[in-house]
Amino acid sequence: MAESFLQIRGLKKHFGTKRVLDGIDLEIARASVTTLIGKSGIGKSVFLKCIANLMTPDAGEVLLDGVAIGNNRRGADQSDGFTFSYMFQNNALFDSLTAHENVALPLREAVGMAAEAVDQRVEEILKQLDLGGAGSRYPAELSGGMQKRVALARALVTNPEVVLFDEPTTGLDPERKFGVFDMIADYRERFGFTALLVSHDIPEVFEISDKVAWLDEGKIRFFGDPSELAADSPRSWSGLLQSTEEVETNKF
Amino acid sequence: MIRSLGRTAISLVHEYGDWTVFSFSSMAGFLRQRRRRQKLVTAIHEIGGRCVPIILTVGLFTGLVMGLQLYYTLARLGAEAALGDAVGLSLVRELGPVLTALMIVGQSGSAMTSELGFQRNDEQIDALQTMGIDAKSFLVGPRLWAALFCFPALTAFFDLIGVFGGYLTGSVLLNVDAGVYWNHVFDSITWADVRGGFIKAVIFGALTISICSYRGFYSHLKSNLRGVRGVSESATRAVVFSSVAVLAADYLITSFLI
Ligand SMILES: Nc1ncnc2c1ncn2[C@@H]1O[C@H](COP(=O)(O)OP(=O)(O)O)[C@@H](O)[C@H]1O
Ligand SMILES: [Mg+2]
Repeated sequence: MAESFLQIRGLKKHFGTKRVLDGIDLEIARASVTTLIGKSGIGKSVFLKCIANLMTPDAGEVLLDGVAIGNNRRGADQSDGFTFSYMFQNNALFDSLTAHENVALPLREAVGMAAEAVDQRVEEILKQLDLGGAGSRYPAELSGGMQKRVALARALVTNPEVVLFDEPTTGLDPERKFGVFDMIADYRERFGFTALLVSHDIPEVFEISDKVAWLDEGKIRFFGDPSELAADSPRSWSGLLQSTEEVETNKF
Repeated sequence: MIRSLGRTAISLVHEYGDWTVFSFSSMAGFLRQRRRRQKLVTAIHEIGGRCVPIILTVGLFTGLVMGLQLYYTLARLGAEAALGDAVGLSLVRELGPVLTALMIVGQSGSAMTSELGFQRNDEQIDALQTMGIDAKSFLVGPRLWAALFCFPALTAFFDLIGVFGGYLTGSVLLNVDAGVYWNHVFDSITWADVRGGFIKAVIFGALTISICSYRGFYSHLKSNLRGVRGVSESATRAVVFSSVAVLAADYLITSFLI
């Protein structure tokens, strides 16, 4: 695939004797939404963390536009615009900072933009995400959906090329889930980032997915259009559905 | 048996090295941070500011009880006049730095471990890393620098109010002449004593705050328990290790200073 933007080649990661990722190859097109599915505990978060450099893989490489990206994911000369952003399952917002300060954090601390430019940019993105009046409030004072949007604002404020979403909808009620999916699809259109997201919400998430990658036993078991997945292996797919549901109900 | 002892020894050395690198790289990294002064002020408030009431309280009671104990011991020797020397010297050389450090560990150190442990669990530390912010320098660096300032400052508060407590029991309650008490305090304490006390305070500050932040920052690796229980276990152990470190270091430093 010539147009592939984010390439993962032969990615391996083990913990002790447990091989979590056992040679993952994946090609992701620019500005597409790819959904990663798989049983709980199979290594989806580990995979995202290896891509985002939060974990060092044992082997394999990640290429962006055909260029391998090393430890420094942010080009030294790039004063603006990050390659990767990560949206964590529980938002990972700082409780002691207001929504505005949370979103401003990467610009202030890592990019080192002037205070006025930061404020302007943050206000702009908060407004775009319908968080206009929420800037001065602390995360604990915001609803779950608003917290998610603040986390999304923080992920997007640096103009990332790739956004990794780890279970952005887990723990939300069905209505909010669709809200988050719409939000991702909508902002992907607006900001043009490439998205890789982990979700258990099968088949709802397929609506916004261009591609689905199914991770099982350390390998990508299926990669293709969501519609093909059902046709490809209906039995194992329903088995997967069950297993994720089991895990979800077991959690409580 | 021998092998497992050896393995424990190696892992201890490894951990010690890890902790040292962690502490120094956090401090060095802070120097490259932005908005350093603001972060330092926040950290000083967090470590030092919220300890002032407890330090003053404990310092006062320590002085009061020392005045009482030492008065009766000295009176038996007919040396009540030396109360000022006894109270002043033991506070400045030993009790001030040690008790201050233990109080700060109990009040701020444990809170810091829990906060960092929570931030680790909540993936806030990972989040900083994905934003291109060095989490160690950002979260731990300011606190270590602040500790170097806060511990001596609070030790000075402790010493001053402690000596005042000794005066309250010695001169107001019992019958040591106030002038004699204060003269003895100021005559007996030399510049070397004060400097020794501050050296201790700085070392205790660096030790305890780095132990507490290391335990919190890596609570996911240090505890077998997950979630909240893992964090609370980390906080408990951080307090225990820090307290032992203070007392052990006190003995070592004293043997050098004497
Ligand atoms: N830091 C770590 N140390 C040891 N094992 C880990 C670590 N992180 C993840 N694992 C293990 O890797 C496996 C995959 O975890 P994860 O990627 O979180 O699963 P999920 O697919 O649910 O996101 C799990 O069995 C987990 O125990
Ligand atoms: Mg996960």
